[in-house]
Amino acid sequence: MATEVMAQAEESRTNYLTNGHTVKSWLLTLDHKRIGLLYLFSISIFFAIGGIYAALIRLELITPQGDLMTAETYNRVFTMHGVMMIFFFLIPSIPATLGNFLLPLMLGTKDVAFPRLNLLSWYVFMVGAILMLITIMSGGVDTGWTFYPPYSSIYSNSQVTLAGVSIFITGFSSILTGLNFMVTIHTMRAPGLTWFRLPLFVWAHYATSLIQVLGTPVVAITVLALAFERTLQIGIFDPKLGGDPVLFQHMFWFYSHPAVYIMIIPSMGVISELIANMTRKKVFGYHFVAFSSLAIAVFGFLVWGHHMFTSSQSMYAGMVFSLITYAVAIPSAIKTFNWTATIFKGSVSYDTPMIYALAFIGLFTIGGMTGLFLAALGLDVHLHDTYFVVAHFHYVMVGGAIIGYLGGLHFWWPKMTGRMYPEVWGRISAAIVFLGFNLTFFPQFIVGYLGMPRRYHAYVPEYQVWHILSTAGASLLAIGFIMPVVYLAWSLKYGEKAGDNPWMAAGLEWETSSPPPTENFTYQPVINHDAYEFENVKEIKEAAAKEAALQTA
Amino acid sequence: MSLFSFQIPFMPEQASKFALEVDLFYIALWLITIGVTIGIVIAIFVFMVKYKRRHNGEIPDQIEGHMMLEILWSVIPFIICIGIFAWGAKIYYQMYSEPKESLEIFVTGKQWMWRAQHPDGQREINTLHVPVGRRVKLTMTSEDVLHAYFIPAFRTKTDVVPGRYTTTWFEATKPGTYHIFCAEYCGTQHSGMIGTVTAMEPGEYQAWLGGGTNEPPAIVGERLFSSLACNTCHTADGKGRGPKLTELYGKQVKLNNGSSVTFDDTYIRESILDPAAKVVENYQVIMPSFRGQISEEQIGQVIAYLKSIGPKDGDAAAKPAATAAAKPAAAKPAPAATK
Repeated sequence: MATEVMAQAEESRTNYLTNGHTVKSWLLTLDHKRIGLLYLFSISIFFAIGGIYAALIRLELITPQGDLMTAETYNRVFTMHGVMMIFFFLIPSIPATLGNFLLPLMLGTKDVAFPRLNLLSWYVFMVGAILMLITIMSGGVDTGWTFYPPYSSIYSNSQVTLAGVSIFITGFSSILTGLNFMVTIHTMRAPGLTWFRLPLFVWAHYATSLIQVLGTPVVAITVLALAFERTLQIGIFDPKLGGDPVLFQHMFWFYSHPAVYIMIIPSMGVISELIANMTRKKVFGYHFVAFSSLAIAVFGFLVWGHHMFTSSQSMYAGMVFSLITYAVAIPSAIKTFNWTATIFKGSVSYDTPMIYALAFIGLFTIGGMTGLFLAALGLDVHLHDTYFVVAHFHYVMVGGAIIGYLGGLHFWWPKMTGRMYPEVWGRISAAIVFLGFNLTFFPQFIVGYLGMPRRYHAYVPEYQVWHILSTAGASLLAIGFIMPVVYLAWSLKYGEKAGDNPWMAAGLEWETSSPPPTENFTYQPVINHDAYEFENVKEIKEAAAKEAALQTA
Repeated sequence: MSLFSFQIPFMPEQASKFALEVDLFYIALWLITIGVTIGIVIAIFVFMVKYKRRHNGEIPDQIEGHMMLEILWSVIPFIICIGIFAWGAKIYYQMYSEPKESLEIFVTGKQWMWRAQHPDGQREINTLHVPVGRRVKLTMTSEDVLHAYFIPAFRTKTDVVPGRYTTTWFEATKPGTYHIFCAEYCGTQHSGMIGTVTAMEPGEYQAWLGGGTNEPPAIVGERLFSSLACNTCHTADGKGRGPKLTELYGKQVKLNNGSSVTFDDTYIRESILDPAAKVVENYQVIMPSFRGQISEEQIGQVIAYLKSIGPKDGDAAAKPAATAAAKPAAAKPAPAATK
């Protein structure tokens, strides 16, 4: 007992945060946990930039006239909103922050397989990001984040080439992270940690990495081809130069559709962890949840044509893409049902991470089901490129990916920082995010079906009421997003000390100290049981023993 | 007004044959969505209340899973999905199959306006007048970037793509004026590339057509055919340096690489802009490209002319390969097109 206390005292003296205080010790760190925090810090800034753009969009759309800014400015604003949020926040969000921080901890290993490559990926990311900031400062881009030629290649007079180079470079950071994770999961699992004992967070990251490694090169080639056409007039996409604009759409969506799974699958992994630990139940149908991540990753590569039902693509190609899209809906449905079943007969906690997890299930259900509308050929003809699409992907990307990210951030915050965030504020902000989100985006389903096209600076007056509701919701959502920034920062200094396992959660990351030492574990973990075995959690046993003692007394 | 003029809330006006079908489909999907969402939300609330953590040391009984449930909640959604797929595909098939006996209007998109050309010569910008109760087919192309022709009240939308023709069709059912939106982002004034479609009773439409002084596109096209000197090679007697083009529209043409192609809008357009792409059997590549010398609208007029001198029986597609094009020496002169 005494040696344990001493060992703990020693750990709290040198954890990964206190191991070096200089800027250099952060910028040259090879520690996956510190790299995770570097990413966390960077993407938070980019999320804020993307959020400011979102606020500008919502303010402009309060009135039907384009009166807050010019059409030219508005086009740049919504483009930069999409580019910042997708390439510099959503794609790296969970894998590069929580994934980087947690994967080696969950695998019971010291670090990822290639620590230097891991640091390189952050630098590559930052080079791409800085180029994008330069792009913004030199006028931004006005093509929409989809960069459709020939507008983007020939007609636009904005900084398309620079933005393309930035995305090209940023893609490599995504590839490096994916590669690193795959090798780490294959080769660095602790003794006894077989594939089917892995936490579902790890399975989700494995599936994500697969897409990152296989998909990202295609978008790299696509933006390169676009840059060639724009700068050297090589005819690839513009028919005036002998190219084909629909070819670009095929190439772009071959990556960009799987890319939405890069954004959502890690979040699904987080939700599996949150629900299991917040209900103290094994995830219902573990194998189905694990394989559904892989199924989404694989099928996700075969559905890109559903973005092109009205593009002049052949009618029969449209039918095939529609059918396969319905196939990819099934694994998502399986996950949702299994999560709900996991709560059944659980021991349900109402703490913030659980609130986020439940919000995720509800919002992702609506987001996923409205995807069925868009995959339905005859209906998509009407819905394509309207606000219905905007609402759908925000339900999946904000209601799914970002809600999962916030839930995960709250759940692992004590592990990352050693401090608890204030629980009451956590619950209040989660509720505000949920309400604000629905008020922002649900009206967009309606105005979309009424015919409001996306990317419109000015619109016909009959749509105004829906836009006012949406802007009101966005104000609420902004408050919900700013609150965690404030109280999480506050908790770094004033938060309650967390202890190793404040949630009494199962999982290797909770067996080491909070924050963990640089080498993660002071011993070599050996695993002889499945994931989510709560009878093995020391803290629960102690609590049960204490309760039993009280009862007998 | 009748009961049917009642405006369904949260829906644009129903003004075409597709509208009701699309709306019913949409409502059905919302019913499924709301049903599933409410089911899940109720389950979550019940579980949360019923299984709230009672004490800190609690470990609930574990349930690994349930094979039958997994199968049920995979197979049932799959069956529902196949049903949705089939329903959607059926509507899509109607929307994108060539309509029979339609009024054909030629539309060009251009940053940031819509031009329409009626077969009787009327031209309009950012408006479109169509008769109700008659199928209207739009053949569309763009002079610059991608656009999309979207009429919410008709539930139709098709991208307008530079370098190729796309088509869309509808049958208006209710007289009135409805929005046209450009739905594919096309640059600075994208949100200003809007207009109105006016559906009129057939009689009013005829009156509207008569109101202008424009010549039919086929007549303009005929003039272009001679002013651009097309007729010096594409002579009507078939002895010119280019194939004879009379009575050819809609027929199969043999190419010098052994394959064949239908002499239709797309092939005519391609041959004007890129003559070397598909060369008719027994002819040399001597035709210059007219890229930059002829607008999309003018190409449409030339096509209208070639269509007007095409086979008159309306059964062209079923006819065997046009020997006239393949063997110029054997062709008979066609007096109708002599200039």
